Amino acid sequence: MTAVTAVPARSPDDPGVLDRARWAISDTLTITRRNLLVWTRVPAYLVFTVIQPVMFVLLFRYVFGGAISVPGHIHYVNFLMPGIIAQTAAFATFGTAIALAQELKKGVIDRLRSMPMARSAVLAGRLVADTGRMLVTILIVVGVGYAVDFRFSNGAFNAILMVVLATVFGLAICLISAFTGLAIGDEESVQAFGLIWLFPLTFLSSAFVPISSMPGWLQAFANNQPVTYVVNTMRSLALGGPIASNFWKAAIWLVGIFVVFSPLAVRAYKRAS
Amino acid sequence: MQLARDSSGPAVLVEGLTKSFGDVHALRGIDLAVPRGTVLGVLGPNGAGKTTAVRILTTLLRPDKGRALVEGRDVVREPAAVRREIGLSGQSAAIQEELTGRENLEIVGRLFHLSWPQARVRAVELLEQFDLTDAADRHAKNYSGGMQRRLDLAASLVGHPHVLFLDEPTTGLDPRSRLGMWDIIKALVEGGTTLLLTTQYLDEADELADQIVVIDHGLVIASGTADELKSRVGGDVLEFIVPDRDRISDAVTAVGRVGESEPHADKDTGVVTVGVGGRGSDALIDAVRSLDAASVQTKGLALRRPSLDDVFLALTGHAAEEEEQEARSSGRRGRRGTAKPAAGPGAGKRAVTDGQTDPEAGS
Repeated sequence: MTAVTAVPARSPDDPGVLDRARWAISDTLTITRRNLLVWTRVPAYLVFTVIQPVMFVLLFRYVFGGAISVPGHIHYVNFLMPGIIAQTAAFATFGTAIALAQELKKGVIDRLRSMPMARSAVLAGRLVADTGRMLVTILIVVGVGYAVDFRFSNGAFNAILMVVLATVFGLAICLISAFTGLAIGDEESVQAFGLIWLFPLTFLSSAFVPISSMPGWLQAFANNQPVTYVVNTMRSLALGGPIASNFWKAAIWLVGIFVVFSPLAVRAYKRAS
Repeated sequence: MQLARDSSGPAVLVEGLTKSFGDVHALRGIDLAVPRGTVLGVLGPNGAGKTTAVRILTTLLRPDKGRALVEGRDVVREPAAVRREIGLSGQSAAIQEELTGRENLEIVGRLFHLSWPQARVRAVELLEQFDLTDAADRHAKNYSGGMQRRLDLAASLVGHPHVLFLDEPTTGLDPRSRLGMWDIIKALVEGGTTLLLTTQYLDEADELADQIVVIDHGLVIASGTADELKSRVGGDVLEFIVPDRDRISDAVTAVGRVGESEPHADKDTGVVTVGVGGRGSDALIDAVRSLDAASVQTKGLALRRPSLDDVFLALTGHAAEEEEQEARSSGRRGRRGTAKPAAGPGAGKRAVTDGQTDPEAGS
């Protein structure tokens, strides 16, 4: 009841709140550093996070792009790039799910959970490292976009906002992937499961084609799912156009994902074994 | 209040611990005590519940019932305090293979809240101690199995734990790496570390442990020193190999008359063992005559002191390895709590205990 008596009895060697906060940050940074170090040492990760998105850009720009007509007077590459950046951010989280599943299987997570480190650090460090990795990938894809005639046409500030939105979107997807990685706990199943939900989510959206070109039943899905709201907002930020309505819907979706999947991921981590 | 630390008690104390995964009863009420500075060997076949016990003691799993204290700290109520006292090295090498040995240890040091310079010094010490200095800056992926396991053990020691849990530390290692691991473990124990070691190798428990508990199907079925357990077999053991597998049953019949207990034959290796009590060389002579009369060819006929294998046979009616194969063939690989009942700890039980007293029957 009263705040004074509610102070829990601690044994002398228990760390205080401040120490715990400091350690939580320090442990998160240590795990982040470890994850980034691992990332630079596995060629396959570099292929997935850099080469694959670049190939998508080239594929849609030069192979499919000619057959896709987009509304208004914008060139397809300008329509495409915000979509492909969002997709790149979402696909980057394959790595999150796979890495957590691997660590779980190999007993690395057991080892970490048996140590007196901050409980939050493994997940937090994973999200920080993967968000950093995702940002690098996004910037590379933007660069490749510029090489194939993509141009931001709504000012530098809005261009930066677009990259920020893509990263926040990627982080939300990252949380879902972290949850699936920990809950499924098997590398190959996690990979297969990622394909099952990430492919439809990104392709059945406004990312690559105008939704009006899809059959009606598909439009119903594509018009109301988060990737479409996020991509439409990004497109408006990059090229100009009305933002508000798509932005709020995107924001509600993203907040919803954070609210639902943060506790789920934490719970999956605590129960993981 | 009631959490006052009891530093006079044993380093590890377990009372009435139970844990089930669905309808698989991994632990069905075990008691253990490990006095400070000693080694307890927890011996049992795959699926006996050893790993579950270690996971509870290292705060990775909550027990259903019972109590477990490590250095006087309750693993459920004070997990953070327990984690400061323990080191854990599991069945597989829990190291980051893409990092070097040195980086692995430095990162663990940082997570134990050492400063970077301290973490570096500690890593160098451990690399030296575990004979990994030459390989320190190679990626752990390129280490041999034995080296990876040593690195994993080194990582569990970064925080100078008072109590070390080793879950099957030599499983999957070649004989030479295994001996090397034994030497390392012995040196640790000389340094005063309390050790709880699980193993399915009976010679390993014999070699390393002060006290041994034998676990089978989630229950402690025997405990004592290696010698005490061996005396349960009741004297010496006569052992020989029958090269012609078709003659094994004849051999068993022949020595059945001279033994004090029912002979046991391993159909795969052709090894026949029989307890002969205190009759020693008389039994040996009888056996030779009897086998000769039945004209069964044998190799390596000898009388020996009982091994823990014989103990296991005497206690459970089956050899540890037999059950291990059963458990393996029934697919027990995952350690996950959500595993299907058939693949969980205790799998293969029915097949093995056929005809034996089943402690679960009727309950």
